[in-house]
Amino acid sequence: MPLPPLGIFDGVAAGSATSFESIATATGTGSSGTITFSSIPSTYQHLQIRYTNRMGAAGDNIIMRFNSDSGANYTRHVLYGTGAAATASGSTGVTSIGVGSFFNGSDTTQPQVGIIDIHDYASTSKNKTVRVFTGIDMNGSGDVDLISGLWISTSAVSSIVLSVVGNTFSTNSTFALYGIKGA
Amino acid sequence: MPATYEPIATTTLSGTASAISFSSISNTYTDLRLILVPVMTAAANLYLRFNSDTGTNYSYTYVYGDGAAAGSGRLTSFSRIQPYVGLSTTPTLVEIDIFSYAGSTNKSVLMRQSRDLNGSGSTNSLVGLWRNTTAITTVNLDLSTSTFASGTTATLYGIKSA
Repeated sequence: MPLPPLGIFDGVAAGSATSFESIATATGTGSSGTITFSSIPSTYQHLQIRYTNRMGAAGDNIIMRFNSDSGANYTRHVLYGTGAAATASGSTGVTSIGVGSFFNGSDTTQPQVGIIDIHDYASTSKNKTVRVFTGIDMNGSGDVDLISGLWISTSAVSSIVLSVVGNTFSTNSTFALYGIKGA
Repeated sequence: MPATYEPIATTTLSGTASAISFSSISNTYTDLRLILVPVMTAAANLYLRFNSDTGTNYSYTYVYGDGAAAGSGRLTSFSRIQPYVGLSTTPTLVEIDIFSYAGSTNKSVLMRQSRDLNGSGSTNSLVGLWRNTTAITTVNLDLSTSTFASGTTATLYGIKSA
């Protein structure tokens, strides 16, 4: 039985040794603003990235691209709460998908966390849909974000780049890539 | 290949209980994930705490929709993390992701609460912070009022990265 990335599932299946597997983990270096997962095998049904992030400096959103595509082939919609209001927005024809907090990207002290689900990533007949649940709370500021994204490409996703422009991922930043198998 | 998504413990209530706790959690995982489907004797708010800490060391920011409007709010220097809306006697789905729970930084949490009562209900998503660098060894779930009723289930999973 495949494990859905979010939701209720059978407890026995959750203990299966092969349905939810760790593919790779990347840790920030303190000097680079890029995390790359490459040579991703096509043997899974879905992918999930779980991250804990602390930036080298406050500001800048985390962006995600697939297969090094920096063209205007991405779209996204977001619902976010600032602690004072809920706001929705959308963008088309953009060059990446924002997968971090819309507040200020992150903070140097408090961890920003997120879960990125990439569905049917290995399909060669469908565009790729992404779901993100992320947020940061700094005891008085921060926000929580629900994001959907689209990569308009029927190519299988074989590499993922997460980056912050003009900033760095601290050594306390960890990004873990998991594969979720189908039956 | 070793399992990376493992059930650590499950609680299924056959009677009422005022609280549910998972204790002596090992530090062998990267993240924790708790799935709670509570049945309550009356509507109440759910309280989430770690290591039985009742100090004002928690804060959280939430966004919600209730079928008519969306809103957002925040609580700071609070004594617990709690969903925005009260639960009810109709089962509610609560999903809690606790990141880097065994690490030496403050702890961040993502939580979703989903409930539909065939005419009312809400969905609520929040990010929470526990300002403590101690590893989490106990997860405490309490209620503002009321008790957990028979049929309540809670399962704690461990997720292990490479």
